[in-house]
Amino acid sequence: MNRFLPLPPDKPRRSRDVSILILLAALIVILFLVSMNTGFMRLSPLEVLHTLSGNGTRQQQLILFDFRLPRIVISLLIGAGFAVAGSILQGLSRNALAEPSTLGINAGAGFAVLIFISFVPATTAAPIFVLPLLALAGASLTAALVYFLSYRRADGLSPTRLILIGIAVGAGIYAFQLILSLRLDPQNYQFVAIWLAGKIWGGDWRFVLALLPWIMIFVPFACYKARVLNVLNLGDETSKGLGMPLERERLLLLATAVALAGACVSVSGGIGFVGLIAPHLARRLVGPRHQIMLPVAALSGALLLLTADTIGRWILQPAEIPTGIVVAIIGAPYFLYLLAKSKA
Amino acid sequence: MASSTHSTLQAPSDEGNTPVQSRPVAAAAILVLGIAAILFGLMVSVSVGAADIRLATVWEAVFRFNPELPQHQVIRELRIPRAAAGALVGACFAVAGAIMQGMTRNPLADSGLLGLNAGAGVGLALAFAFAPSLSFTYIMMYCFIGAAVASLLVFGIGSLSHSGLTPLRLTLAGAAVSAMLLAVSQGIAILYSLSQDIAFWMAGGIGGASWKQLRIMFPWVAAALIGSLILSRSITLLSLGRDVAAGLGQRTRLVQTAGMIIVVILAGAAVSTVGPIAFVGLMVPHITRYLVGVDYRWIIPCSAVLGSILVLFADIAARMINAPYETPIGALIAVLGVPFFIYLAGKRKGELQ
Repeated sequence: MNRFLPLPPDKPRRSRDVSILILLAALIVILFLVSMNTGFMRLSPLEVLHTLSGNGTRQQQLILFDFRLPRIVISLLIGAGFAVAGSILQGLSRNALAEPSTLGINAGAGFAVLIFISFVPATTAAPIFVLPLLALAGASLTAALVYFLSYRRADGLSPTRLILIGIAVGAGIYAFQLILSLRLDPQNYQFVAIWLAGKIWGGDWRFVLALLPWIMIFVPFACYKARVLNVLNLGDETSKGLGMPLERERLLLLATAVALAGACVSVSGGIGFVGLIAPHLARRLVGPRHQIMLPVAALSGALLLLTADTIGRWILQPAEIPTGIVVAIIGAPYFLYLLAKSKA
Repeated sequence: MASSTHSTLQAPSDEGNTPVQSRPVAAAAILVLGIAAILFGLMVSVSVGAADIRLATVWEAVFRFNPELPQHQVIRELRIPRAAAGALVGACFAVAGAIMQGMTRNPLADSGLLGLNAGAGVGLALAFAFAPSLSFTYIMMYCFIGAAVASLLVFGIGSLSHSGLTPLRLTLAGAAVSAMLLAVSQGIAILYSLSQDIAFWMAGGIGGASWKQLRIMFPWVAAALIGSLILSRSITLLSLGRDVAAGLGQRTRLVQTAGMIIVVILAGAAVSTVGPIAFVGLMVPHITRYLVGVDYRWIIPCSAVLGSILVLFADIAARMINAPYETPIGALIAVLGVPFFIYLAGKRKGELQ
């Protein structure tokens, strides 16, 4: 199979890829310092360095380690998770406009969490570890439904149908979310409304722990499957001709994307557009080879979400805008720009 | 040409290339039977509810009103405006959908899916947040502006690209604009702690309609509906394709602008009264086209009638399903609308690309 793949990149190309990775990482560090220096409780970059090296005052330590750092780490993880999920879905559907929220996966995960919250008060500590599992169940069910409805024996999985049906199922689930959320008492409702709008819960290392395993398992797994994604790009017939067990690999990758999106939604609520924009940025930076494109997408997604989170905390302080809203307001125009440009 | 009702026309894009006849007899039957069904629906809608009221009492409340009787008060102040609002907004959403589907030759056009309702929702949120004491007239204006902005965004994006407004592109643009505008109104709602107030409105609050709202919205809706009838012949031409319409001497840009203004007024007025209800504008024109053929001079009035019937009876069902609680009507219609959309999306492979 290896023989048929694009030739390994030559030296200058590879060094360019590496420098892009380093650049993105550096941007994330810079943004981390900027983020620490904005908002309600701020630390200057010097103070951050002091505190990180263990010389900070008690208060500085509290701000850094207990309030800000967990939230920043969560933002990064979620951004990476959504970005990789979006990359996989775009590769699978061979459609540059696919992402977890256009396929209804975010809506399904959100719906499962909403059902849970409407029966168990969300303020208790118990649901933290249950939420990712529930969101995962919701995401899987929705993905299965959309896949089932758009698959035809005659012509397989048509990308157009997949997206249209994803949008329809998402719209339907949204209507049911509305029914459920109206039954809640005002206090729980406010919580759910903010959750659905995509607010990073943060402020707690337990969320990081709940999310980390998913990211640590599925992002590397996706990178491991990069070659399969490359082959899938060539089309169904070619993939089959190259001897790939098409349906099995497709299901496996779909499951990976669903697991990532489900776990991220459970912590972040409904954040769309990251899974769409990050893969685009990555493809523009390093081209379509998934081996390098996936890590670059993950870093771009992390960067994007950290930016959105910082803007959301900064722009109307001391009030906070849920990150999902900031991402949507940044992301939708970019999406529309892509749409206007694309020929599909 | 569309000058004769019996002329053979090429179907709009969703019915392939086979010539389809317009069926004025069926259309006339729909209008007559439909109006009878609306009257029946209005009576049922007035008598059904948390407190069931006999039809005889309804009759008395209308023609021999006695302000002493609480039942008469309920009928006059709550039930009748509610029933009338249901019938009116059903017509609004359905005609808005029919006009958009005709003008864009796009089977998936609907004011909900294309973001117009979300745009009107932003107007609503702004009005709630910054001027809570505003009169309904101004709230409706905010909704008009929001819907206009959304339609400019969606159709502007669509026309920017070379291949024009394919259904997929239009639906995606609508979904993205909806997501963005929804995010804006959610942001406003959360900042000003209005989420649940707005959510009740969003979920389709026909129950909240009052005489005052109806009186303010009615002239706009009536004007827009009459305008859509005047425009209907031009829309039939446009549904054959812009080139054809232009070749037959139509000033397509003028017709499209007028059509969009009508759609914005219909969607904005309906959303400001009952909140966004999606899928009515998607389903009804398709059913109507199936029944009466391809002439928009019949499609538009028949869509209005069938849309009224759909929303009126959905509202009755919403009150009966889980009595005494009310099921949000938007969700109820989505239960019908989602499978319909999936059917449309799956029906024609390739054509939707």
